[in-house]
Amino acid sequence: MKKDSWVASPFMVWVVIFTVIPLGMVCWYAFTDASGAFTFDNILKIGTYWTYLKDSLIMGAVATFFCLLLGYPLAYIMSRASWAAQQTMMMLLMLPQWMNFLLRTYAWMTLLENNGLINHLLGQLGIGPFHMINTKGAIILGMVYNFLPYMILPIYSVMEKIHSSLFEAANDLGADKLATLRRVVFPLSLPGVITGITMVFVPSVSTFVISKLLGGGNNMLIGDVIERLFVGAAPNYNVGAALSLVLMVLILISMAVMKKFDDGEETGGLMM
Amino acid sequence: MKASKLLSRIYTVLIFLFLYAPIVVLIVFSFNATKSRSVWKGFSLRWYENLFNDETILGALWVSIEVAVIAAIVATIIGTAAAVGLKSMNKKLRSVMLTLNNIPMVNPDIVTGISMMLLFVAIFGATGLLRPGFTTLVIAHVTFCIPYVILSVLPKLNQMNPSIYEAAQDLGCPPFRAFMKVVMPEIMPGIITGVMMAFTLSLDDFVISYFTSGSTAQTLPMVIYSMTKRRISPKVNALSAVMFVIVLVLLVAINARQIAEQRRTRKTNQDI
Repeated sequence: MKKDSWVASPFMVWVVIFTVIPLGMVCWYAFTDASGAFTFDNILKIGTYWTYLKDSLIMGAVATFFCLLLGYPLAYIMSRASWAAQQTMMMLLMLPQWMNFLLRTYAWMTLLENNGLINHLLGQLGIGPFHMINTKGAIILGMVYNFLPYMILPIYSVMEKIHSSLFEAANDLGADKLATLRRVVFPLSLPGVITGITMVFVPSVSTFVISKLLGGGNNMLIGDVIERLFVGAAPNYNVGAALSLVLMVLILISMAVMKKFDDGEETGGLMM
Repeated sequence: MKASKLLSRIYTVLIFLFLYAPIVVLIVFSFNATKSRSVWKGFSLRWYENLFNDETILGALWVSIEVAVIAAIVATIIGTAAAVGLKSMNKKLRSVMLTLNNIPMVNPDIVTGISMMLLFVAIFGATGLLRPGFTTLVIAHVTFCIPYVILSVLPKLNQMNPSIYEAAQDLGCPPFRAFMKVVMPEIMPGIITGVMMAFTLSLDDFVISYFTSGSTAQTLPMVIYSMTKRRISPKVNALSAVMFVIVLVLLVAINARQIAEQRRTRKTNQDI
């Protein structure tokens, strides 16, 4: 089939025009000013926006941590369940993901409001009301809620492949449940954990929707800043491109660091 | 043993409660007689009436479906051809192309969105072509769908025995016919997965559409976004309920078919 490679040419042209050139343009805008002259000013503006970037990284990391904390045990339980139960739980995990994430986020908006359902129910018990919406906690909750399945599914798909004979062997060799979990299951599940962490961290760090809907206007993340610089009232593509570039590089670095933990095993548990 | 089983069952129930409770609340209050989202004032279908009479929402739904159908078809054609071509490409070029193919999947959506926005704005500014709108929306969707098509077709091509394609040609079959008769049936499951993924990803996308559509074309997620950003209306609850039911029916149907199929193959394997 050697001579068939030409059929990939529409794809190659497409990738160059709509992926490579746009990224090139991001770099170009990031390093030029409004008149097109070369400058470092846009990149240096990161100092002005540092708090937003720092908040995004911290909140993304916290959300990822909670997803791992909540998701890992469930992935383990799923992988040890009967075949029918595994199929059902898989479907139950996917189902909310098929609903648009704006609607899922909206659901929490109505729950967390000052006169929302949670405060209403608490009020009948004589507690509260609590101020929950438009806080950092609400944003992190939204991230965990939206991206939890992205953590569970890759870990599950790796764990599910662990052969039951390994558990028996560990047991025969005198390992108790905890030791088996620590020395057999955990090392084997690592590729799935790495995939899960990236799949939760990247959309969390770069979101502007969750922060806008659940954080109100006061809790801006770097995504909100970039969005405002591109479609806001006073657009500035140059600074926006520079911030996007910084965000992209930071994510690439954190992914490279994560890969180091993974022993070169390729595509651990890529979902689907 | 017994206690740990009970514990894992409770844990599973709690996680799924966390995932589903907000959606259930959302759906319940879509039947509420008043605008309140915390106090039940009696059953009513008025929000559904409002929803189905809302021209903006229905129009946006139509745009979403049109974009998704066109993008899924174009992405599947380009992506399938690309997978076939990549298979017969020399190693170096192939790994470069696969890396480029990964970019839209690894990059945060917001960066993909703004990078294409920069391109479209520049082309429109220079030539007057590609005014941001329906066409740019379709191009953007094709761009982020192609990688998923390639990644679902490529494994099927790798599993295939290349000799049968050569055998067909040796027996006098012209290449194109040999491809359609021999290769196509083998990679069909991958193509179907690809088309379905492309369709759902396109239907679900908000972030990339938000940056690439200009003001002339609005997809359903974009309308939802502007509705939730203004003030909450129970119409959004009704819309969520409708979408949830559609997704539920689809997913159950697909799953039932898959499970039946797997049972059948298991059975025939046992019979043999």
